[in-house]
Amino acid sequence: MNMPTTRRVSLFLTCSADALYPGVGRASVRVLESYGVDVDFPEEQTCCGQPWLNTGDTKSARTMALHFLKVFERSEAIVAPSSSCVDTVRNRYLPLFKGEPKLQDRFRELASKTYEICEYMHRILDIPELPPHPEPTRATYHSSCRTLRGIGLRGVAENYLKQMLGDHFVPLPDADFCCGFGGSFSVKFPEVSGKMMEDKLGNIVLTGASTVAALDMSCLTHLSAGARRQNLGRLRFVHLAELMVEALEGKTR
Amino acid sequence: MNPIAPNFRKASRDAVRNSQVIAAVRKTANLLSEMMALAVANTPDFEALRDYGRARKLEISGDLEKYAQSFAANAQAAGAVVHRARDAAEAARLAIKIAADNGAKTAVKGKSMTAEEVELNEALEAAGITVTETDLGEFIIQLAKEKPSHIMAPAIHRSRAQVAELFTDKLGTPPDLGVEALVAAARKDLREKFLTADMGITGGNFAIADTGSIVLVSNEGNIRMTTTLPRIHLAVVGIDKIIPEMADMPKFLALLARSACGQTISSYMSIVTGPRRTGEEEGPEQLHIILLDNGRSRIAKGPYREILHCLHCGACLSHCPVYRTVGGHAYQATYPGPMGSVISPLISGLEIYADLPNACTLCGRCAEVCPVCVPLPDYLRELRSDVKKPPFMMKLAAFGANTPSLYRLGMIVMRRMLKKGGMGLMAPALKEWTVCREPPKPQEGESFRDWWRTRSHCK
Repeated sequence: MNMPTTRRVSLFLTCSADALYPGVGRASVRVLESYGVDVDFPEEQTCCGQPWLNTGDTKSARTMALHFLKVFERSEAIVAPSSSCVDTVRNRYLPLFKGEPKLQDRFRELASKTYEICEYMHRILDIPELPPHPEPTRATYHSSCRTLRGIGLRGVAENYLKQMLGDHFVPLPDADFCCGFGGSFSVKFPEVSGKMMEDKLGNIVLTGASTVAALDMSCLTHLSAGARRQNLGRLRFVHLAELMVEALEGKTR
Repeated sequence: MNPIAPNFRKASRDAVRNSQVIAAVRKTANLLSEMMALAVANTPDFEALRDYGRARKLEISGDLEKYAQSFAANAQAAGAVVHRARDAAEAARLAIKIAADNGAKTAVKGKSMTAEEVELNEALEAAGITVTETDLGEFIIQLAKEKPSHIMAPAIHRSRAQVAELFTDKLGTPPDLGVEALVAAARKDLREKFLTADMGITGGNFAIADTGSIVLVSNEGNIRMTTTLPRIHLAVVGIDKIIPEMADMPKFLALLARSACGQTISSYMSIVTGPRRTGEEEGPEQLHIILLDNGRSRIAKGPYREILHCLHCGACLSHCPVYRTVGGHAYQATYPGPMGSVISPLISGLEIYADLPNACTLCGRCAEVCPVCVPLPDYLRELRSDVKKPPFMMKLAAFGANTPSLYRLGMIVMRRMLKKGGMGLMAPALKEWTVCREPPKPQEGESFRDWWRTRSHCK
């Protein structure tokens, strides 16, 4: 590494990693550290407010945006293992503070330094290549809507997966279609959500993959819970960072 | 409007089980999406066209009344009779009066979603006027006594085999005809009606303010016959369809044709400027234009103004993963899919269509393909906050999430609950969650926060 100073990153863990997937948080820290990044974890962090924003409770969402600002404003960069949370911070906070130019400036600054971890590695650390995975198994990639159309990251995760897994990486058919999660949508219209999930799982099965990677644990919570209902419990659902740390450390968990 | 209150949850639950409909919808929606993608890829300046479309539409929606008056004056100068309708009921009354004043008993009709919006067929039929749909898709669903399920491809939910069966049943054609034979059968049935109808009814894809013209696009030629053969032509046009100048039309047409079905231009295009003139051999004796408001002026002044920019191309429907999973009828509205989930509650009231802004995963595909960049997901998200006050549980959760110590406690509790396979306070949500899924399963081992603390101490 030829960097003038050590890069510092504050990890934004996200609710799903906080409650369900500690391994995603650990992997994120270790991946960043293996590239010499100094990681800190502000313990006062909570939720980005996305569930309130998307169910129309903009008042609560504003309060959460302000808390996020308080916790992370002084960070050099903020990295989260979730495209949808990053999309919220980057694209959805600003419109909540129309007519408050001073606050908007601060949120604009916050937005400009918040990244999904895969995005941070590609755009900021400029990592061109990842080492091969020690025990590659057939894997596919769910390019979530927030990754594609929220933060506009296309082809980057797929490229890293190809480097780590070689021919074991199989692209997913109809990759740009939503998996049917959609936050509150998943419990408001579970039959529709379930049908969309079945379609996505059907495509996953078609690839013959045993591992499904993504940059959004919320989609994967929905898909993995659905896979267990459909007797597809053998499928492993991971954040890309979990495969990265295995490749970087040369061992599986 | 609807005799039974629309209920998307119930309708969609039934719709996802109808594999025949879903297969038919997806087959055509895929074809339309692929053709659009190809047409857009072959148009190097498409993004510039979209920007133009949006900018020009912003000018128009900023002063709808100015353009409506200018259009009306120029259409009248060209010999048309222009009527203004405040709402759907007034539009229907005007149409009945025009028919009655001229002793019209039969009408042929081109496809028009605006006419669907005012339930024109039902109104005319009730007044004793027989209306025959002449667009093939509309002809099919009229035979089947259905409503359109897609704003551009009204019979998208029916397969060829189902249409063949319907034609055998209603028109007495031999069983299991192929597509060409079905088209021929419809043509044969329609030809006589075109020649004898008293009135031709259409919508209007564009209304040109500076010339007072109605522009209609079609791929079947039925519009040309509908607008020239009968002695009266009635066009029902929403005031949002007005564009300032004829010079704008080619660009909007380029956007519409590409987005609707991947064409550079439609097979037919009719520009109707006034009725038949002295010395002309064809064309109607009278041209009536009903300019419909039905909430549009009100919408133009509110926060969802850009929904009036919609060209009604149907691309957002064909690309929507929810629409493709439930079909158009599940929305129980004239306009289904993403654009419909915005415009339907705005026209008819959020209390009637409270479900529709939520019938969306915010995946963003619609905004990506919209030819005039209507911010559909943003509007759907914003409409949710107009629907109702947040439930108490969400307010409570918000308080917890804003208090770091409570949030941490909540995460610990949720983790423990889920490890045991339950969800405690979140049980109601879990009940819906488990309709199609098992409860979420936490990863084994210590929480991230515990790991981080231990690790920080060891460093």
